[in-house]
Amino acid sequence: MATERIDVRGVARLARLALSDEEVERYGAQLEDLLKHVDDLKQLDTSDVAATAQVIESRNVTRPDVITPCLAHEVVMAGAPQAQHGFFRVPKIIAEAE
Amino acid sequence: MDPVRASAREIARAVNAREVSALEIAETMIPHAAAVDEHLGAYLTFTPDLMREHARRVDARVAAGETLPLAGVPAAIKDNMCLLGTRTTCASKILEQWIAPYTATAVGRLLAAGALPIGKTNMDEFAMGSSGENSALGKTKNPYDLDRVPGGSSAGSAAAVGGFAATISTGSDTGGSIREPAAFCNVVGFKPTYGRVSRYGLIAFASSLDQIGPFGRTVEDAALTYDAMGGHDPMDATSVDRAFETTADHLREDLRGVRVGIVKEFATSDLAPDVAAAYEAAYNDLVKLGAELVEVELPTAKYGLSTYYLIAPAECSSNLARFDGVRYGLRVDGADVGEMYEKTRAAGFGPEVKRRILIGTYALSSGYYDAYYVKAQKARTRIAADFRRAFEKCDVIASPAASAPAFTFNAKSDPYSMYLMDYYTIPVSLAGLPSLSVPCGSATPEGGARPMPLGLQLASPLFTERALLGYAHAYERATQHAAKVAPVQVVTS
Repeated sequence: MATERIDVRGVARLARLALSDEEVERYGAQLEDLLKHVDDLKQLDTSDVAATAQVIESRNVTRPDVITPCLAHEVVMAGAPQAQHGFFRVPKIIAEAE
Repeated sequence: MDPVRASAREIARAVNAREVSALEIAETMIPHAAAVDEHLGAYLTFTPDLMREHARRVDARVAAGETLPLAGVPAAIKDNMCLLGTRTTCASKILEQWIAPYTATAVGRLLAAGALPIGKTNMDEFAMGSSGENSALGKTKNPYDLDRVPGGSSAGSAAAVGGFAATISTGSDTGGSIREPAAFCNVVGFKPTYGRVSRYGLIAFASSLDQIGPFGRTVEDAALTYDAMGGHDPMDATSVDRAFETTADHLREDLRGVRVGIVKEFATSDLAPDVAAAYEAAYNDLVKLGAELVEVELPTAKYGLSTYYLIAPAECSSNLARFDGVRYGLRVDGADVGEMYEKTRAAGFGPEVKRRILIGTYALSSGYYDAYYVKAQKARTRIAADFRRAFEKCDVIASPAASAPAFTFNAKSDPYSMYLMDYYTIPVSLAGLPSLSVPCGSATPEGGARPMPLGLQLASPLFTERALLGYAHAYERATQHAAKVAPVQVVTS
């Protein structure tokens, strides 16, 4: 694991996180340091082991397809940074036709 | 009865007996907690009006003949749990002004049991940290030395109870966030089995590990609080649908016939001499109560940190994707929607949260997923299997809750040195086990002015909360360590 230099900007782009040059430098170094530490996992034999996503046995939970009470529309919208006509307002996401 | 010093059990008894009203309790606690909090900084928000409203409701129910297990008990709520109509911030700028539109199941059950909401407590941002220092909204100090951290992430919840600014509180524990601050603040902190307490209304950090649990100044108070909060909830698909065993009415007085596992790999020789001596003394006290000590092996426990610092950030990077400036919380405008996301998240998240989002995104990214995330999930399987094997030889495992008492502010500037604080708690979390920290003595840290509390971690097999709290109660009753360490004067005066 963890030998090549990490493309911190690429990772930040995947995470939708704007980083300053100073942050790229700092988090890059800290990420590499952490990856060196977690490298010890290589020594642990997991060849015949299944992955654990959750320790408690879980199964699909279903309920009858019946409408039950839920938060009112205006209650949910009250937390929106910008709303209009009962919708979340965001910057335009569709490009103008050329 | 002094409502500030009294236990939850004593307060509830007096309120149910109508010797004192819940409103009187509230009117005493509201100014007291505010005054103490000038020094502690345990709270981000006080809710005095809501507290009085609930007190009146409790008094009316008691007058109508009801008996409530937490009647009139002042309870602080960690600020990652929703409480209808109050600010719920996760100590993050991205949620600084967010008002919860509903109440978390665990919180709602506490209030239904008669507890009075005194306020919302400070924490490491999004519960990521072991000192409380990662809060973007405030600085919480340790009630036993104001120059030291309270521990984290449930910093304010532990400090409020330890500093007598609340009787009980709620915490959440992902890798040690209840047990470590409990140890640092001389209180009992209990993390139930994963799935025992509903996470509905708990703002998610790492969903396969997050678990809500109580703080109290006694095991009995923690048990009463857990009994009120726990049990299946249809609103959380991971909450366990099996019979709930109450605990507070089954606490025991001795440890006869109990096999206590001492972990070979957690040698006390790794600790400072007086810390090691305190833990050796604690193990001997268990024997005096009738327990038998047996050595158990957890050969994969040393991989706990690495496993955790891949799994928890991976889940965090996924969970925190929802904070994008569209539906709630902070928004920073951008030229297009993508830039808006990136700027919002850059301005809203603090350094530790960004660090973990980056680690998690990297560990989940194409080409690294198997080497990091899947590998860590397999390591988790082996760690859990080690615990299962250990529990063939013992009923409960005893260890330090943390390797040292509370440290000073800014002492752990390197992220990894902070992560090491959870060395003993993380493997237990990865296995999903019920676990707690109970006061077990004190040690004066290097350069410290006064003795600081230590916590004994006890962990037991899945779903054995009743037995676990029973063991802790027997130990607490015989040793009374919490009373032997004095909080700072601003707390006692």
